[in-house]
Amino acid sequence: MNRWSVLAGVLLSAWVSTPALAAVNVFACVPEWASLARELGGDKVSVYQASSPLQDPHRIEARPSLVAQMRRADLVICTGAELETGWLPVLMQTAGNRNVQPGTPGYIAAADYVDRLEIPTRLDRAAGDIHPGGNPHVQLDPRNIAKIATVVSDRLAKIDPKDAAFYAARGEDFQTRWKAALSRWEIEAQPLKGMRLVPYHKDSVYLINWLGMVEVMDIEPKPGIPPSAGYLAELVQRIQRDGADAITHSMYTDPKEPQWLADHTHVPLVDLPYTVGGTPGATDLFGLFDDIIARLQQARK
Amino acid sequence: MRSQKLIAAMAVVIAAHAPWALGATRTEIDQLRSEVAAMRSDYEARIAALEARLAAAEKAVENADPTEPAPFVQPPLAQAGTAAGNEFNPAASLILTGTYGQLSQNPNTYQIGGFVPSNGEVGPPGRSFRLGESELTLSANIDPYFSGYFVGAFDGDNGTSVEEAYVRHVGLIPGGTIRFGRMLSGFGYINETHAHAWDFVDAPLALQAFFGGQLKDDGVQARWVAPTALLVEVGVEVGLGDEFPGTDREKNGANLLMLFGHIGGDVGFSNSYRFGATVYRSKATQRRYEDLDEFGTPVTNAFTGDTDMWGLDFVWKWAPDGNAVAHSLKLQAEYFHRNENGSLTFDLDGPQDATGNYNSDQDGWYAQAVYQFMPRWRVGARYDQLDSGSTDTGLVESGVLPAADFPILANHDPRRTTTMIDFSPSEFSRLRLQYAWDQARFTDTDDQLLLQYIMSLGAHGAHKF
Repeated sequence: MNRWSVLAGVLLSAWVSTPALAAVNVFACVPEWASLARELGGDKVSVYQASSPLQDPHRIEARPSLVAQMRRADLVICTGAELETGWLPVLMQTAGNRNVQPGTPGYIAAADYVDRLEIPTRLDRAAGDIHPGGNPHVQLDPRNIAKIATVVSDRLAKIDPKDAAFYAARGEDFQTRWKAALSRWEIEAQPLKGMRLVPYHKDSVYLINWLGMVEVMDIEPKPGIPPSAGYLAELVQRIQRDGADAITHSMYTDPKEPQWLADHTHVPLVDLPYTVGGTPGATDLFGLFDDIIARLQQARK
Repeated sequence: MRSQKLIAAMAVVIAAHAPWALGATRTEIDQLRSEVAAMRSDYEARIAALEARLAAAEKAVENADPTEPAPFVQPPLAQAGTAAGNEFNPAASLILTGTYGQLSQNPNTYQIGGFVPSNGEVGPPGRSFRLGESELTLSANIDPYFSGYFVGAFDGDNGTSVEEAYVRHVGLIPGGTIRFGRMLSGFGYINETHAHAWDFVDAPLALQAFFGGQLKDDGVQARWVAPTALLVEVGVEVGLGDEFPGTDREKNGANLLMLFGHIGGDVGFSNSYRFGATVYRSKATQRRYEDLDEFGTPVTNAFTGDTDMWGLDFVWKWAPDGNAVAHSLKLQAEYFHRNENGSLTFDLDGPQDATGNYNSDQDGWYAQAVYQFMPRWRVGARYDQLDSGSTDTGLVESGVLPAADFPILANHDPRRTTTMIDFSPSEFSRLRLQYAWDQARFTDTDDQLLLQYIMSLGAHGAHKF
């Protein structure tokens, strides 16, 4: 039931239309950038969110509705680092919108503006579906969000210069509140340092890095390859031998395997939102980290 | 005496001055000391001030003076772009495919009864182990204005062909895209997708009968997306039209003209659909095909005239919450109608050479469903139906030749039922098992069992809807 109310809330927030006089049409590939655009643009932007927090961002398809929405976009905010490589290029090539092509001011690849972790030294698909530009799931470190917010604020002012002062004020306000929240989170999350996590997919790397936690192992044997029954049994052995504090599950993935693992190892399972809207508590970017830290604290007990 | 006095005087003078000198030195030293101390504290203060200014300036740069939009900063080249990491080299990928076939009928006798042969890719892949088509795809931006796309096909019989090679320009008018070069024509839905992306090993019967596989064209295609929330897209294509059902007529101007339109959208987050309609015209001059006369002697016949086609296409995709990792459903159907009007020559350049009117109205359709029932596994079913319709051959109507002289054009409704199951170990590899009952021939049903692999290496290709 939770899933449905989350989805209803997400759909509602994704489809609530801003006043018809919105100056900038923003196309956000994933929910975290949609939320950021709303924070920084207020009622001057009309934000279209291309995917829901329950969709695997690697596996989204270039649906007709996305083509139509990209055609009207003034600013496209995506993650980049090949996260959207299965569908974004098709939209870029068919939507007929010259102003949002990569390399123009109308396009932001968020991951380009932060330091990326896990940049592979060798590119080989035998290692699974690895990203040459490094791990793309950059939104889970709030310090990255601050950097990307600066870029978004600047770009909004560039695209819509008459409202530049508005975007500046809103951006400054966001950064102030974000800095305060960041300090608060770092204090609240002190007890989580050194916490040993077993995530399903390598999508929590930036969170783990920020809070000083440890990624003991992943449930996937390699990125993009689901675990076999034999591998799951092996994982049980390894967890019981090496120890772990929590098994984490991002809300867009199937909970079956993490649940099975939690049942057989008696390590608590933590459902993490992964992005804005993934859980009822993750209503916006602030709520996202509040909820993540709260849920991890809960498991620590 | 005098020297003593002198010395004493000097001593007195020195003594008289000494305290002053010492005092002066002491004072001077003190002065110097205090000056140095003052200098030091002064410089320390100035250095501290400079450091404070530097810190403030750094902070200001971080926060960026927001009243003035910061200049647009291109992200570092090493990280920019959605091309697979190769800035000036094209994104390259290679598709490898192959089949193992077990067919109850000899594939060399394959024909789609009731329809003029296309001399194209018809029929199932052959018996036993066969290398399928290997496709090499290269794509890259050419400059800020154009991007290029190339697909070369290497078939198992060592034939190579340029499947697509075109240049694209985006946004000449808002919502507009132009392509020129060789491309898969924009007729319907499946014609525009490459074989390795199909849900079955082979093309629908309608595509084989009407296009000889897939319709390609050398020409220009322009599309325009309307500024609506629902996808409304219209397109026009003009070209050489030298591929079946057209021929290279060695004439100026466009031999192929096509118009198409699509409407697409979502129903909730879980469903997406697209409807399309296409009209097409091309002309042919002496389009040859092989047939037998009433005595079984091979003859070459030829059609000259206009081909008018229209088609409808429909695709519906469902996935729970839009997440197609574990479960998904795809429904797809297309309808094709063809009218050919002109003249038909019997036994071209042969002893029985005769020409008469020719008019045929034929159609065909297919419908398929593919269901993913668990991660990486899908099952599918497809039904093909063609109707040879009505064919008016002037030479037969007027009694010049018997109908038996045109065996391939005898009335027949080819049909085929196909089922498949496939497993994709990753998004780059796929293994498929397909079973079909093929009744395209006039008599004899072909039981076809096919095992196929489709693998891709290199750059991650983007998938159309």
